[in-house]
Amino acid sequence: MQSSPVDSRDGNASHAARQGVMALMARAERGELDGALARLAPVPAASDLKPPEVGLVMLRGRTGGDGAPFNLGEATVARAAIRLEGGASGFAYRLGRDVKAARTAAILDALWQDAARRGAVEEALAPLRARLSTEAATVRAETAATKVDFFTLVRGED
Amino acid sequence: MYVAAKGGEKAIRNAHALLAKRRRGNTNLPSITLDQIAQQLTLAVDRVMAEGSLYDVELAALAVKQARGDLIEAIFLIRAFRTTLPRFGYARALDTARMLVRRRVSATYKDLPGGQLLGPTFDYTHRLLDTSLGVADEAEGVADQTDQAGEAEAPVAMPRVTDLLGQEGLIEGAPADDGSEPFDITRAPVSFPVDRSTRLQTLARGDEGYLLALGYSTQRGYGRSHPFVGEIRFGDVEVMFEAPELGFEVSLGTVQVTECQSVNQFKGSATTPPQFTRGYGLVFGQCERKAMSMALVERALRWEELGEEPGAPAQDEEFVLSHSDNVQATGFVEHLKLPHYVDFQAELDLVRRMRAEQAAEMKEAAE
Repeated sequence: MQSSPVDSRDGNASHAARQGVMALMARAERGELDGALARLAPVPAASDLKPPEVGLVMLRGRTGGDGAPFNLGEATVARAAIRLEGGASGFAYRLGRDVKAARTAAILDALWQDAARRGAVEEALAPLRARLSTEAATVRAETAATKVDFFTLVRGED
Repeated sequence: MYVAAKGGEKAIRNAHALLAKRRRGNTNLPSITLDQIAQQLTLAVDRVMAEGSLYDVELAALAVKQARGDLIEAIFLIRAFRTTLPRFGYARALDTARMLVRRRVSATYKDLPGGQLLGPTFDYTHRLLDTSLGVADEAEGVADQTDQAGEAEAPVAMPRVTDLLGQEGLIEGAPADDGSEPFDITRAPVSFPVDRSTRLQTLARGDEGYLLALGYSTQRGYGRSHPFVGEIRFGDVEVMFEAPELGFEVSLGTVQVTECQSVNQFKGSATTPPQFTRGYGLVFGQCERKAMSMALVERALRWEELGEEPGAPAQDEEFVLSHSDNVQATGFVEHLKLPHYVDFQAELDLVRRMRAEQAAEMKEAAE
């Protein structure tokens, strides 16, 4: 993995942790992100590195599931890039068109990069992490309840 | 040729106002919400996303509402909307092995690793109208799953049926990823013949009814390739995107897709021993009929590569792909109802002149 131009203070090892938090925030409702940010107040003012915007990302599949790639279709994506006053830059990319949620996620991303605040950001996002984990477990359990054991009937012997 | 007509502005304005009124229906009834459409007409929304070729549940629900439930009109609205947005880039290919599986069945193996998971399916229902749905219905709880508690653990990956056959060499492998960029039909005009990735992109956004009919035709003997459904799976997959500012991949969230792997016959050749061949379908949302049809048609289009006899409609690449897009199709068919007065006037004059000439010739011959 290449090192990032914007968070050179962090080593590659923390990429994975940051990716994990960004993945979490990509799945959050806007209210959850607002709630997390409110818990971290006061936070430095954020200015846009570029205006938040909505665009498209072309999703791809693979022939046969694991072969050569092909273009499947697009998805809407909201993105935001901010810089905290006297602090780090934060970025967010999320499926959908909610640029406000993307901007809040970008602020949280910038706060997370501050080692002194990282623990508090993780804590503020804990309810979101718990909700997503519960929802996935519910889907698995509901799906598992529909597991069938088909059996084939032996034809009459002759 | 279509020549523009002028006038009628007032009538058009009034017609659109009337359309809006009819769309709203009886105002004594509450207006349907986008959440209700997304939650309760999920499969309509999924179809609009798949054929609109744009994954956005809320927009697809809006399109269904605006189009009064006309799904092709809704798909048209989505296609028009996507042209207004910039393209950020291409995502990494979805990994359907690492899916939060909501349904997964195989018609070829009854005991396959990971199991047969029926999920929310119309299969095995009796197709009897349920009159209890005629009134506001309460959600029914899903049966107690305490005995399934162990199943709630996140699996690492769900193995594919094609991998099981592949271990013995009994089925052809998927075409290797040589690192080249796949063709993108939304960025460059298509010229035939095309490669497999171009076919897959075209079919993924193709009309479900059209692909269903073509797939059905292959079963009835027009390009027979004797398919089995190796596997169908539906669920949530993560979208990974390399953000240019970051220099590393970020997760954008998850999308739902349906995947179908068909397992078909192949007699083999002088250099290849007989082995099963494959067709592939991948569609946004829970669109199982479409994914299956896509796999059948995709397989039929591979006749040349697999040394099969051509001649069936579903094998004709240019015909199949050129007519699969329902937005293009409806645009061309429905434009016929727009004013063609000048066009028609010219033809009318021509017919009159031909008739006059013929009458003159007959008169001459009679004399």
